[in-house]
Amino acid sequence: MSKISLIIQREYLTRVKKKSFLVMTILGPILMAALMIVPVWLGMKDQDFQNIEVVDETGQFINQFENTSTLRYEYPFVSIDSAKETFYESKYTSILHITSAGKESVAVMYYKKQPGLNTVSKIENTLENSIRNLELKNQFNVTREQLDKINPKVTVKTVFRNADGSEENKSSTISTVLGFGSAIVIYMFIFLYGVQVMRGVIEEKTSRIVEIIISSVKPFQLMMGKIVGIALVGLTQFVLWIVLTGIIISVAQLALSQTIEITDKAMIGEVMNTQGAASIDTLETGTQIQEIINEIPIFKILFSFLFYFMGGYLLYGALFAAIGSAVDSEADTQQFMMPITIPLIFSFIVAQTVVQNPDGSLAFWLSLFPLTSPIIMMVRIPFGVEIWELILSMLLLILGFVGTTWVAGKIYRTGILMYGKKVNYKELWKWIFYKG
Amino acid sequence: MDILHVKRVYKNYASHTALHNVSLRVPQKSIYGLLGPNGAGKTSLIRIINQITAPDKGEVLFEKEPLSPKHIEFIGYLPEERGLYKKMEVGEQALYLAQLKGMNKNEAKQKLKEWFKKFEIENWWDKKVEELSKGMAQKVQFITTVLHEPKLLILDEPFSGFDPINTNLIKAEILALKEKGSTIIFSTHNMASVEEICDHIALINKSKKILEGKVKDIRESYRSNSYEIVFEGNMIAFTNALWTGFELLDTKSEKGRNYVRVKGTDDSKNVNSLISAIINDVRIISIHEITPSMNDIFIQKVGETQAEPENEGGSDE
Repeated sequence: MSKISLIIQREYLTRVKKKSFLVMTILGPILMAALMIVPVWLGMKDQDFQNIEVVDETGQFINQFENTSTLRYEYPFVSIDSAKETFYESKYTSILHITSAGKESVAVMYYKKQPGLNTVSKIENTLENSIRNLELKNQFNVTREQLDKINPKVTVKTVFRNADGSEENKSSTISTVLGFGSAIVIYMFIFLYGVQVMRGVIEEKTSRIVEIIISSVKPFQLMMGKIVGIALVGLTQFVLWIVLTGIIISVAQLALSQTIEITDKAMIGEVMNTQGAASIDTLETGTQIQEIINEIPIFKILFSFLFYFMGGYLLYGALFAAIGSAVDSEADTQQFMMPITIPLIFSFIVAQTVVQNPDGSLAFWLSLFPLTSPIIMMVRIPFGVEIWELILSMLLLILGFVGTTWVAGKIYRTGILMYGKKVNYKELWKWIFYKG
Repeated sequence: MDILHVKRVYKNYASHTALHNVSLRVPQKSIYGLLGPNGAGKTSLIRIINQITAPDKGEVLFEKEPLSPKHIEFIGYLPEERGLYKKMEVGEQALYLAQLKGMNKNEAKQKLKEWFKKFEIENWWDKKVEELSKGMAQKVQFITTVLHEPKLLILDEPFSGFDPINTNLIKAEILALKEKGSTIIFSTHNMASVEEICDHIALINKSKKILEGKVKDIRESYRSNSYEIVFEGNMIAFTNALWTGFELLDTKSEKGRNYVRVKGTDDSKNVNSLISAIINDVRIISIHEITPSMNDIFIQKVGETQAEPENEGGSDE
C-alpha cells in the first residue's frame, strides 16, 4: 500500500472511530429533521379535539362553523350565564361567546382545555368570513358565490430569453434556495473541516510525532494525506446526514400522516407556510414547481456543487494546514486565521447580494476569484451561468488550489520542525523560498 | 566499509549556519557517537541523513550510493523530542509507523508481538498512548524505531526518560542490534555512555566537526603523561626527588597522606622513571596514570573552539 494512502486511511479511520463523530452524525440529522418536523408537529398539536359550545347573541352564526374531525361546534341555545354555570358539568371543552357582528367584533372563548393558536385563528377566520358575507349581502346584495365567480387568480411567470432565442423557465425562488443552500453547505464544510486539518497539524506538531513520520514520508505527502483523509471524513458525514435526515423525515411523515386525515394535509401546508418553511407554495403552484425543477440543470448543479465543494475545501484546507504548521498551539492561530476567514466570510455576506443580482459585475468577478468562487459561483449557477464563465472559474480554482498547496507545502515543511518561535508574516514569506 | 559517508556538507538557515563543511565516515557495524553541545548542528545533520531536509552543498552516501528515498526503510530514527499520537492505540499506532517504513502489515504485526513479549508489555496493545507513562511510551517508541531492523539506526539521546533498569534494558538491545549487524549513530551529551558503548565518535561544535575517530585512539592521543600519586612521607623530600623531569600540577594533604598530580616533561618520563625517582624517599600507596575521560576531552575541545572568534553568521539559538 502506498504511503499516502496509509496516511489517508489513518486520518480517516481515527476520526470516524471517534465518539464525537458518531454523536455528530446522529445528532445532525435529528436536529435537521427536528427543524422540519417540529413546526408541523406543533401545528398538529393544535388539532387537539375541542367540543365548542357556541353561545351566539347575534344569531348570525348559527351553523356557520364547519365541523372537522378535531373541532365540533354545537349550538344549544342557552344563555351565557347558564352555559358558564353548567360548563364543568357539560361535555364541552370551551364556550364561544359571540356578542356582536360588526366591523370590529370581539368574541370571548372560555375554556377548560386550552385551544391551540390554530383553532383560535380558524374561529376568527370563520367569524370574519361570515361577517363579510353578511355585509356583502346586506350592503351590496352580492352573495359569496357570486363574488367567488369573479375572484381573479393571477400568476406572473418569469421566463428567461437567451440570446439565441431559446427560452427558459426559471424560478428565482427555487434558484435562490438552491444556490444559497449549496453555498451555505460549502461554507460550513470549508470552515468545519479546514479547522480540523489545522488542529490535526498542530496535534502532530505538539506531540512531536511529526519528526518520526517525516523521516518516513515527505512532508507534502503527510499534508495531502491529512487533507484528503479529512475530506473523506467530511463527505462521509455529509452523506450520512443526508441519508439519515431523509430516513427520519420520511418515517416522521409516515407517522404524522397516519394520525391525521388527508383533509388536514392542507392544514399542515398552511402551518408550514406560517413558519416560513415552504414559502414556495404561496408563490407557485405545484405543477409550476415541477415544470421549473425540470428546467433547472440538476446535473450541472450537482456536478458543480461537488466540484466547488471539493475544490474550495482543498484550497482552504492547504492554507489551514500551513497555519497549523506555523504555530505551536491553537491559541496562536488567530493572527494567521484572519486572511483566510476574511475571504470566506466576505463571500458569504456578498452571497446575499449576489442572489439579488446574480449577473452583476461583482458576482462575475468574485465567481472567478478562487478564494471566493466556491461560494459565489454556487449561488449563481442555479440562475444560469455562461459555460465559458464556469469553465474559466473552475480552471482558476484548480490553479488556485495548485498554487496555495504549493505555497502551503513550503510553509508546512519548514513550520512543522520549528518550535518555540513566534512566527510572523515576514518569516512565513522567507519559508516559502527555503531550499529543500 | 563505511555505511554512511557524509561529504563536505553545508547547511544554512536564514539567520545562522547549522553545518559548515562537515564530513563524516560511519563504519559498518559500529556504534558511532555524535557529540556536541546544544545547538552545535547535530540535529541538522541527523535530519539530513533522514532526508527530512537536504544539504545546501555536499552529499551523503549510504552504502556508497547518494541518499535517496529508497534508503528510508533502511534507516530507523528515534528523535530526541519523542512523541506518539496520544489518542491512538499503542498496537495500531506501532503498526502504522511500521507500515510507513515499508513493512507489510502481517510481518509488522508478528514482529511487534515478539517485541512486546520481550519487553513484557503485551497488555499495552489496546491501550491508548495517553494512558501510558512517559517511560512506557518511550519503550513503545524504541520498538517502533528498531522494528524494521534498519541497517542504520539513529538514536538521539535514547536513554533520556528511562530509569536505570530500563536504561540497561535498552542498552542491551542496542548492543544486540549491533551484533545482528546494525550500525548505530548515537547522539548524546552523556559522555559516560559514550565511553561505555561507542566505538567511534565525532564531535561537532558551532556547526563544524572538530574531532573524529575511534574512542580508543582519541583517548590515547589525549594522554598527557600525567600521574596521580598517593604517598605517606615528607612533601619536601618528594618534591626534591622529582626535579629529574616531572612537573608538579597540584598537591593536597589529608590525614597524613599526600595526593599529588604530576606531569612528565617529555615522553621518556614514564611511570617507571617516576617510581624510581621517588621510591627511596617516600612510602608509595598508589600511582596511576591520569587518562582523560571523554567528558574531559569534550570540555577541552569545545572550550578551545569557544575561545576562537565567532564563525560567520553567528548563531541565535
